[in-house]
Amino acid sequence: MVIENAKYNKNTYDNSKNVSINATINGIIWSVPLDENNVHYKAILEWVADGNTIDSAD
Amino acid sequence: MSNARKLADNLPLTGAFSNRNIIINGAMQVSQRHGTSSVTVAPSDHYVVDRFKIQDYSDATFSSQQVGDAPTGFMHSSKLTVTGTDTSLGTTQYQRFLQPIEGSNVSHLKWGYGAMAKTVTLSFYVKSSLTGTFSVFCFNNSANRSFISTYTISSANTWEKKTVTITGDQSGAWLSNTGVGMYLGWSLGTGTNFQTSTLNAWDASFKMASTSQVNLAGTNGATWQITGVQLELGSKASEFEHESVGITLSKSQRYFYKETTVSTDTGGKLGVCSGGNTLVIDHALPVQMRAKPSVSLTNANLRCGDTVAQGFTTTSGTVSLNTYAGSASVTYILGGFSGMTSYRTYLTEPDGTSTGTVQFEAEF
Repeated sequence: MVIENAKYNKNTYDNSKNVSINATINGIIWSVPLDENNVHYKAILEWVADGNTIDSAD
Repeated sequence: MSNARKLADNLPLTGAFSNRNIIINGAMQVSQRHGTSSVTVAPSDHYVVDRFKIQDYSDATFSSQQVGDAPTGFMHSSKLTVTGTDTSLGTTQYQRFLQPIEGSNVSHLKWGYGAMAKTVTLSFYVKSSLTGTFSVFCFNNSANRSFISTYTISSANTWEKKTVTITGDQSGAWLSNTGVGMYLGWSLGTGTNFQTSTLNAWDASFKMASTSQVNLAGTNGATWQITGVQLELGSKASEFEHESVGITLSKSQRYFYKETTVSTDTGGKLGVCSGGNTLVIDHALPVQMRAKPSVSLTNANLRCGDTVAQGFTTTSGTVSLNTYAGSASVTYILGGFSGMTSYRTYLTEPDGTSTGTVQFEAEF
C-alpha cells in the first residue's frame, strides 16, 4: 500500500482521545479504526515503523 | 455409460455435496468496487473483483477488469492486460493474482495438525494470449510454508480448465481465526528469490513460482483471464458449484461493502447533526465484517435533508469514524455541509448529482 499521509481524529463528543486515523492510502482517503485486525491500520503501523509520523488531531 | 455411473463420477469424493467451494466469488460475478470498468494497476495492491486482487510489485503496469468473456457455463471472468512491460524482473519483484482466505474458513482442513491434514483440490478456467508454463501457489500467513505447482497453457486465447491437487500440510502454523488462513494465488511473473524447483510438495520457505515460468509482464498487451475458481476437500475436482449471486454478495460483504449510488437501492441513512455542520450516522452493516472496517466516500458529493428542507449539499464531503465503530455496526460522521441545525435529525439523500456514498473495507 502507498500511504501519503495520516492524521488522528479525536472523539467528537468530548474531544478527549484519538478514535481513528484519516489517511490517504493508494490515492483514497480512508478513516481507519485503531484496530490491529484492520489492514489499513496494520499498514499505517508499518509506515510509522519506517520512520513516518501520524499527525496529531486538530 | 449408465446414469448411475455418470452420477458417481460427478460426485465429490470428500466433503459436502453443497457449499464445497472454499473460494469466495470464484465465478468472478461480484464486482462492488469497479463494476465492469477497466482500472489501471500501478505497482501496489488492487482488487479486481471482490475477494481477488492483483499485487504488482514490479516495474510493469496492468489494467484489470471484470469482463463478460468466459467459458461455457460462466458469465464473467477477471482479465489482466499488460500496459507497461517489465522484461527483466528483479530478484524480489513479482506480480500475482490471489485470494487471501480467512482462517476460520479453512480451519477444517487441519493443516499443521500432522496426519489430520486434509488434501484439497484447486480447479479453475484460464485463458492467456501467451502459452507456456505458469505457476500456482499456496502459502501460510507467516509465509514460511509454501506449495508450488504449475499448469500449462497450450493454446493462446483459448479457455482451458486446470486442476491442481494440494496435499494437506502436516507442519507449520496455519491460522484458524479472522486472520489469513491461506493465501492461494497465481504467479504472473516472479523474481528468482521466490522461485523453486520443488514442485507439488511443501517447502519451509516463501516461494511463489517454478524456476520455469512465463513472465506475463514481459510482453506488452499480453492478457491473462481466470474464472471458475474452486478449492474443495479431496483429491478430485468436482464440477464448479454455482451459487446465487445473493449468497456470493453476502459472503463478499464480510470483507468489503459499498452502498450503491442508486438512491432507490441505497435508501437514506438517518443521522443527527452534532454541531459544526456534521452529521453522525449509525450504520448497521448487511453482514458482520471480518474486522472493524475502514470507511471512505465513493466521491465527495453528498446530499441530505431534514423534516423542514431537502437539499443540503456539499461537493467537499468527508467521512470519519466515530468512537462507536464495530464490525457489525459503524458510527461515522459526514462533514462538509453548511446551514445545518444542531441536534436536528437529517436523512442522507443521494441523487443523480450527489452520488457520494460510503464504502467499508475489512479485507486483509
